[in-house]
Amino acid sequence: MAKIKTLADLKKMKNDLQSKVNIRERADHPDSYVQIKVGMATSGIASGAKEVMDFLIEALEKRNIDAVVTQVGDMGYCFAEPTIEVHKPGENPIVFGYVDVKKADEIIEKYIKNGELVEGIIPENYQNIDK
Amino acid sequence: MKDISSHILDIVQNSISADADSIQISVEKNIEKNILKLLIIDNGKGMDKEFLEKVSDPYSTTRTTRKVGMGLALLKQHAERTKGYLKIESEINFGTEVKAEFELNNIDRQPIGDIAGTIVLLSAANPEIEFTYNHIYNESKYSFNTKEIKSVLGDMEISNPAIRKYLKEMINENISEIEK
Repeated sequence: MAKIKTLADLKKMKNDLQSKVNIRERADHPDSYVQIKVGMATSGIASGAKEVMDFLIEALEKRNIDAVVTQVGDMGYCFAEPTIEVHKPGENPIVFGYVDVKKADEIIEKYIKNGELVEGIIPENYQNIDK
Repeated sequence: MKDISSHILDIVQNSISADADSIQISVEKNIEKNILKLLIIDNGKGMDKEFLEKVSDPYSTTRTTRKVGMGLALLKQHAERTKGYLKIESEINFGTEVKAEFELNNIDRQPIGDIAGTIVLLSAANPEIEFTYNHIYNESKYSFNTKEIKSVLGDMEISNPAIRKYLKEMINENISEIEK
């Protein structure tokens, strides 16, 4: 029977991690990293936004891109779910619609890494989206 | 919504919008009684009697982007399709309790889905909220509480990818253990 992880194991793992990794102080420098918000209201969840969010978190980490992915409520684009808002430092945030895992991958490689705009952008009438 | 975890992710958004800082989620499976129970309890601002009566009606919603709120209506439909029910209790300034019961082996009862991933996602995305997840299988129970987790992690955030992965595995292992 495999050993089941307990809180004590978590503590040990955390200590190992801390000694290896340089924890980036993101909270103090919101302008230095990419902020991604994933729409997670009913229509978003029903269209698979959680899978997109899971993919984004893992892919950004693997590709060493400094980013924070959070969930927000309804952004108002239920017809185009899943939707994500990508805010690169120094640029206006852009909302992408119809984002599946494949599209999210494209957005990371083309837009986030190279600044190339990708199909499926939803034009906004306002600057930023609050929950 | 393809699974119960998706419903959880959805309904908890209501608790968050109600400014809850403590949310308790319970999934209980009872083989003998053939029941699956889902409970979401929050200490948010609650609803008055008038709104509570119509809350599972899609046309009653606090959403501002459109006039229809589907979350509770979808959950109600799903529960009733499996001969279950949805019950919501609420008190202004005290909180809300959403209870959904499903017939466990009913063919229309959706799978639980990625519950561990859902709990970790909620915990990581809302660091100011204390989440408790209880997984109950017959007489056995496993509890996950973010306050406990945070006291172990210290200044390291739950949203750290390595921690997320670890917590997800931890929850899944503990759930498998009690469901043996």
